[in-house]
Amino acid sequence: MAKELIKGNEAVIKGALLAGCDAYFGYPITPASEIAHAAAKYFPLAGKVFLQAESEIAAIQMCYGAAGGGVRVMTASSGPGISLKMEGISYSAGSELPIVIVDVMRGGPGLGNIAPSQADYNQIVKGGGHGNYKLLVLAPNSAQEMCDLTMLAFELADKYRNPTVVLTDGFNGQMMEPVEFPEPVKKKPDKTDWAAMGDAKTRKNLINSIYLDPEEMEEHNVHLQEKYKKMEQNEVRYEDYKLDGAEIIGIAYGTTSRVMYTAVDEARKKGINAGMLRPITLFPFPKVKIRELAESSKVKAFLVSEMSNGQMVDDVRLAVEGKKPVNFFGRMGGVVPTVSELLEQFEKAAK
Amino acid sequence: MAQLKDVLKKPSSFYDEFLRKPDNYQQDTHYCPGCGHGILHKLIAEAIEDFGIKDRTIMISPVGCSVFVYYYFDTGNFQVAHGRAPAVATGIKRTHPDAIVISYQGDGDLAAIGGNNILQAANRGENITVFFVNNAIYGMTGGQMAPTTLLGQKTMTSPYGRKATWEGYPMKVSELLSTLEAPAYVERIALTNGKNLMKARKAVRKAIQAQIDGKGFSLVETLSMCPSAWRMTPVDAKKWVEEAMMKTFPLGVYKDVLDEREVGSWHRALETVPIEKYHEILGLAHEGMEVEGDVESVPKIFRNPKVLIAGFGGQGILLLGQTLAETGMRHGWNSTWIPSYGPEMRGGTANCHVKISSDPIGSPVVSEPNILIAMNKPSLERFEKDLAPGGLLIYNTSMIDIKPTRTDIEILPLPATEMADEIGSLRVANMVIIGAVLEKTKILQKDVVLDSLNAVVKHKKFIPMNSDAINKGMEYARNYKG
Amino acid sequence: MARIEVHKDHCKGCGLCIDICPVNVIETSKEINNLGYHPAQYKGEGCTGCTLCFYTCPEPDAIVVYRKD
Repeated sequence: MAKELIKGNEAVIKGALLAGCDAYFGYPITPASEIAHAAAKYFPLAGKVFLQAESEIAAIQMCYGAAGGGVRVMTASSGPGISLKMEGISYSAGSELPIVIVDVMRGGPGLGNIAPSQADYNQIVKGGGHGNYKLLVLAPNSAQEMCDLTMLAFELADKYRNPTVVLTDGFNGQMMEPVEFPEPVKKKPDKTDWAAMGDAKTRKNLINSIYLDPEEMEEHNVHLQEKYKKMEQNEVRYEDYKLDGAEIIGIAYGTTSRVMYTAVDEARKKGINAGMLRPITLFPFPKVKIRELAESSKVKAFLVSEMSNGQMVDDVRLAVEGKKPVNFFGRMGGVVPTVSELLEQFEKAAK
Repeated sequence: MAQLKDVLKKPSSFYDEFLRKPDNYQQDTHYCPGCGHGILHKLIAEAIEDFGIKDRTIMISPVGCSVFVYYYFDTGNFQVAHGRAPAVATGIKRTHPDAIVISYQGDGDLAAIGGNNILQAANRGENITVFFVNNAIYGMTGGQMAPTTLLGQKTMTSPYGRKATWEGYPMKVSELLSTLEAPAYVERIALTNGKNLMKARKAVRKAIQAQIDGKGFSLVETLSMCPSAWRMTPVDAKKWVEEAMMKTFPLGVYKDVLDEREVGSWHRALETVPIEKYHEILGLAHEGMEVEGDVESVPKIFRNPKVLIAGFGGQGILLLGQTLAETGMRHGWNSTWIPSYGPEMRGGTANCHVKISSDPIGSPVVSEPNILIAMNKPSLERFEKDLAPGGLLIYNTSMIDIKPTRTDIEILPLPATEMADEIGSLRVANMVIIGAVLEKTKILQKDVVLDSLNAVVKHKKFIPMNSDAINKGMEYARNYKG
Repeated sequence: MARIEVHKDHCKGCGLCIDICPVNVIETSKEINNLGYHPAQYKGEGCTGCTLCFYTCPEPDAIVVYRKD
């Protein structure tokens, strides 16, 4: 059987190999280290490259090299390391390199702690590095999705030639759950038209983010924005949990959404017509669906919960455009909201 | 030493026209008159042509005056972040071991912002070639101090002259890197008189050949003229290299172990493994015992076990939980396991939460367990109050000298550690507990538990003892009259 | 007989070739080229084909050396 009880972090690596990942470059950090451990264990067995870099800065640049060479490549880290990667992430976005980056969020700012958090939302979804760029951002909430969305991340990264982040948290990384692993991906896209692979066919290619001429730089930016628009048209993914006829719409992703499933069920037991929209892609954000809900006469209010000071809630508010109240409940520093806390919020929103 | 050709002209490894260069002078470089970069470019281009490696070569353009290396070389090209060329080179070379990867870097790029990157790439013995251009100044950004700026040298950011006690000494990269074991070849050259130029030509070729031969890391440091930032004529700049720079940066071979290395000894070839083998490699091919779970005979409270297991690190707490979760999965149910983590973690204690359910599991956190396993005293003290009414408390009397106070729960005191000791190892106390859980809840089948241990337990030699411990635990729980 | 050819429109007049030439057969031209420099020029005879002007020249296509013409 290809079903295994496995930690989310390890499922990332098994999924990556099944997706045809060729190389892993990374630097250890809790709570993402099991990803590196699993890569170190399995990549060499599959004839793939695992290399521990001297820093997060170097790790993402090694990814830049490998991705520019046309192979599937990934790295993983957590907050402090992700901050260091921002230089390379901006360059990769500029050079349009398909790199998969896993961010297992932990408490911050600064060294913070190793407990689960969702406080890197703005950093990952809104920027963090310099320039007008967007990352594709996928948000798993189970070990199964740690595998599945990592695999999807490779596909989307290649499809759009864009760095793609699997944005998860310490809980999701550390938790073990049954995961069904699919068959390995057999065919990978041909990249000889742009990658520099050290052969005759690709000798003409240049991997580059520099455009000295402002007009050309703007043209490149326009091209990037068009690409991001296409992502918004084609790649929005979310889970509809009891949304049909719901009056109070919970919105949460990752571990917080797990707590919210239960809170929705408990609220319904108490006669509150609750439902949840769980964004699976944070960029592109399911803003059209949220706007639709905001415009529905049935919907009374939104309840956004995050393990942060309220970051995704800004995107919800932009989508709701003031049409309905948007309540926010956040815990910070590594504290996970509890079912009873969210239940109380649903009750409050229903009043 | 390669023979000179009859006609020396622009090497074919340069583009015919520099079409990426955004001006009307697409036969000429963007460099100032008398700049050393152009001279070094030509030596590299000649070597690439002579070695016939144009198709295989990837040039890496840094940040600095040589940011546009990709204008010129008719090879694969990467433009990269300031100082990161050795890391990018590593990423390319490790995944394309047959490519010839050339990192071209200036002194700010290599010795300042990318100092660690070059040091580590050298120390890993990356099979790459690095051309390091040392002109003791930052040219492109307008003549600021470099790590290699000479003592007393005036720059825009050391307008009164570099002082050792303020800015430190000029960084001697070749000397520094040659102390490492991995590099194969490190030489410092200059682009001044005929003798030095010919030595430079030889060094450039040797450094590229080293990579072709798979002998590992090589670096050529080039003392190079920057007439513009030095505010000198090109000829005076050349003199300054000889009269001032060479005193601080003596020319010569700093490391050369090429003859001691076998051809291919640092070539990191990649093995091709058929993807049909991936499931086997990933350990997904094993057949584990599975059954269809049945909750009919299970007491209602245990039909959706929410287990909290707590004790000292080393008591097998995490493994106990994993075994339950694995077994739950093999009954066709959903299961989650999450270790003590974040703020709940306290020195020396471990706990984990397990949920098993036929319904999808929302939060994996067990805040109100229906089964509490307390392996030491602090765990009992801390978690007894959280147990759901009617829930089961199993506590390890070998390690706990107090009694639970609740009266609305089912309690099984169990001398797990002592029983484990009798069986033969303190490490199987957790299995004694599992036996008791099986007996009390009836939700999990013993043979599936035993089979699950094959997947969960790393040290297989303990498995027979584990089986014995589970039986003893079951027996104890069965016979216990509370 | 060896000789050199200076592609005057690709010369930036840095003078390195003139300085390095062991037999002094390169000089500065009075002409101003399309890059705005006084380019180098071959005096027309005396080249030994030593190649140093080629290697010291920072421009890819400013000097060609014919060693055995």
